Amino acid sequence: MIANFIFSLLLIAAVWLFSRNVRHIAQNIRMGKKVSINDQKARRWKLMGRVAIGQSKMTTRPISAIMHLFVYVGFIVINIEMLEILIDGIFGTHRVLAFLGNVYPVLISMFEILAALVILACVIFLLRRNLLRLWRFWTREMTPWPRTDANIILVTEILLMSSILVMNAADVQLQARGNEYYAAMGTFIISDLMQPWFAGFSESTLISLERASWWFHIIGVLIFLNYVPYSKHFHIFLSFPNVYYSKLESMGKMVNMPAITNEIKMMLNPSAAAEVPQSQEEDIGQFGALDATDLTWKHLMDAYTCTECGRCTSACPASITGKKLSPRKIVMDVRDRIEEIGKYVRKNGKEQSDGHNLFNRITDEELWACTTCNACVQECPVNIDPLAVILEMRRYLVMEKAAAPGELNTTFSNMENNGAPWQFSNEDRLQWAGK
Amino acid sequence: MSAKERLDVPIMADLADKGEKPDYLFWVGCAGAFDDRYKKVARAFASILNHMQTSYAVLGTEETCTGDPARRAGNEMLFQMQALQLIELFDAYEVKKIITICPHCYNVFKNEYPELGGNYEVITYLDFLEDAVSSGKINPDLTRFSGVKVTFHDPCYLARANNITEPPRKILQMLSVQLIEMERNKHLALCCGAGGGQMFKEAEAGDKEIFIERTEEALQTDPAIIATACPFCMVMITDGIKYKNKEESVKNYDIAELIALALGN
Repeated sequence: MIANFIFSLLLIAAVWLFSRNVRHIAQNIRMGKKVSINDQKARRWKLMGRVAIGQSKMTTRPISAIMHLFVYVGFIVINIEMLEILIDGIFGTHRVLAFLGNVYPVLISMFEILAALVILACVIFLLRRNLLRLWRFWTREMTPWPRTDANIILVTEILLMSSILVMNAADVQLQARGNEYYAAMGTFIISDLMQPWFAGFSESTLISLERASWWFHIIGVLIFLNYVPYSKHFHIFLSFPNVYYSKLESMGKMVNMPAITNEIKMMLNPSAAAEVPQSQEEDIGQFGALDATDLTWKHLMDAYTCTECGRCTSACPASITGKKLSPRKIVMDVRDRIEEIGKYVRKNGKEQSDGHNLFNRITDEELWACTTCNACVQECPVNIDPLAVILEMRRYLVMEKAAAPGELNTTFSNMENNGAPWQFSNEDRLQWAGK
Repeated sequence: MSAKERLDVPIMADLADKGEKPDYLFWVGCAGAFDDRYKKVARAFASILNHMQTSYAVLGTEETCTGDPARRAGNEMLFQMQALQLIELFDAYEVKKIITICPHCYNVFKNEYPELGGNYEVITYLDFLEDAVSSGKINPDLTRFSGVKVTFHDPCYLARANNITEPPRKILQMLSVQLIEMERNKHLALCCGAGGGQMFKEAEAGDKEIFIERTEEALQTDPAIIATACPFCMVMITDGIKYKNKEESVKNYDIAELIALALGN
C-alpha cells in the first residue's frame, strides 16, 4: 500500500514538473513573431507522415537511419509496456496485462527484442560519437555540454532497456521455480536466453532484483521525462509538429518584406501614395532579426526541435571547408538565446530586457560565410531551416546597421548605378552578341 | 561560330517599334552580358534560338540585375527596387514567357517576383533545350561528344532550390556522352561556393576554398569535360581547374555550349 502511494505521488510530481517545463517552452516559442501557417492541411499531414513518422529524410545515411529506426520504434512500442507498469504501480497488481493469455508472452517478447535492438543501437551510437569520433559530433559548437547531453541520453536508454530485460529475466526464473506470486506466463524470448545468469540466485535475491529493476525502470523513465525538456532529446515531441509546419514553397524562395514593397511603390509612383491605406504607413518596425524574438515562432520551434545531429553542418560547404559558419550552431544559438530570454522574462517581466541579443552568440563572419545553397535545409531530417535565420540576420546587418562587407557594398552601389553587380556600363550589355 | 561575327539578336524595343511581340523574352543576365566566359554561353544559346528560328528578343541595354544578389546579401530595399522597376518594364512589353540561362535569375523570377506582382511563365534554358533536342526541333550531331567522359555539376538554385535535376542529364544522355556522377550530386550536390553574394566578395577564412573542394570532387570522376549550367558555377569550376593545373586535359563547358558545338554553330 505504501509502495502504491509513493508511486502515485512520484507519478503526479513527474507529470506536473514535465507539464510546467513544456509550458515554458511553449511560452518561449510564442515569443516569436506571429505568422499564420495553416494552409494546405492535407499536404502538411502527408508531409508529416512521410518525413516525421516515416523518417524518409534519414535514409540518405543508412547506418544511422537503421539504428535510429530501432530506437524510434522501440520508444513507441515499448511505451505500451509503460501502460502496464503504471497500472501495476498504482493498484499494486503484478503484470496486469497477463490476462491477455497467449498474446501476453508474444507482446513481451516483442518488447524484449526491441529493447535489445535499442541497446545495440545506443552502443553503436556511443561508439560512433566517442570512439570513432565522427566529425559532425565534434565541430566547434559541440562543446562539452552538447556532447554530454548526447551521452546521457544514450546511456539512460541503455539502462532503461536493460532494466526491463533484467526484470523479466528474474521474473522468468521465479516463474520456473513455481513462486506463487510469479505465475507462469509462457516464453519471453530474450530473458529466456538470459536464464543461465540468474539460475544461481536465491529466490529472495531474485525477488529483490525483479522489484529493484521495476522501480529503477519507472523512476528512470520519470526522471528522463523531466530531463528531456532541458535536452536536445525534445525532438521526440517536436519533430512531428515541426514537420507539419514546414515551408511548402520551393527552397529557393525567400520570405518577402511587404512593408518595403509599399515604400518602394510610393517612391516609384508618388501619386500612388495616397492609395496606400493609412495603417500601412505606420511604423514599419525593424528590418531583419537582431534577437531571437525577431524571428518567427516557426524558427523558434525549429530551434527546440533540433537534436544536434549535425547533418546540416556536414553538408554545409562553408563548414566543410573550415569556415566558422555551422548551420547547427546557428540553430543551437537561437535555442539557447530564446531560453535565456524566457528565463529572464519569467523572472523580470516582459518589459525588461537583459541587453543581450543574437549577435552576442552569432558573429558577422559566420553570417557572411553562407552561400545560401540550401544544403542544410535539404539535409535536415525534421525540416529545420537554418538558412532563414541567417538571411534574417543579414537583413538586420545590412538595413539597420549598414554593416555589409566592403565588397558587397561596392556590389550594391554598382547595382544602384549601373544596374549590374559589376562596374560595367549598361550601354555594353549587348557586346556578347559580337560586333 | 567566330567570336567576332555579329550574331543577329532581336531586341525588345526594336520589335515593339514595329508593333511585334516575340513569344519569349531571352533573359541574358549580368553574367551573360559582362562575364567574358559566360558571354560565350549567351552567344551559344542565342545561336541555338536563331537556329530554331524561335520568336524571341532580349532587352539589351534595358536589362538590369534582377536584384537577387542584393536580396541574398540582406539588402531587401535594393532587391525590391530592382524587381519593381523590372516588373514595370516587363509589363510595358507585355512579357509572358521568360527563358533564363542563369539559375539565380530563374529562381527570383519563378519564386519571388509573383509576390511583387510579376507573374510569368519562367523556363530554364535546360528545359527548353531538352525539349528542343528530344522533340527533334534541333538535331545535334550525336557523334560529336559520343563516349566523352562528362561529369555534371548541379547548380544549387536549380537542383535543390527548384528540383530541376533531370533536364541536363537527359540532354547529356541524348548527346551520348559517358556521364559519370560525382559522389555528391543532384539534391545533395556541393555548392561551388559562389551563391548568396559570395561571388562578389572574398571567402571568409577557412582551411580551403569551396570551389577547390568541389573541383577536386569533380576531378575524381576523371572527366574530359565538367559540364555546368550556371555562370557563377562556371567561374568557380574554371578557376578550380586552373588551380589544379588541369586546363589542358579538362574543359568546363556549359550545357548550351555542348549543344551549340554539336550543332556545328
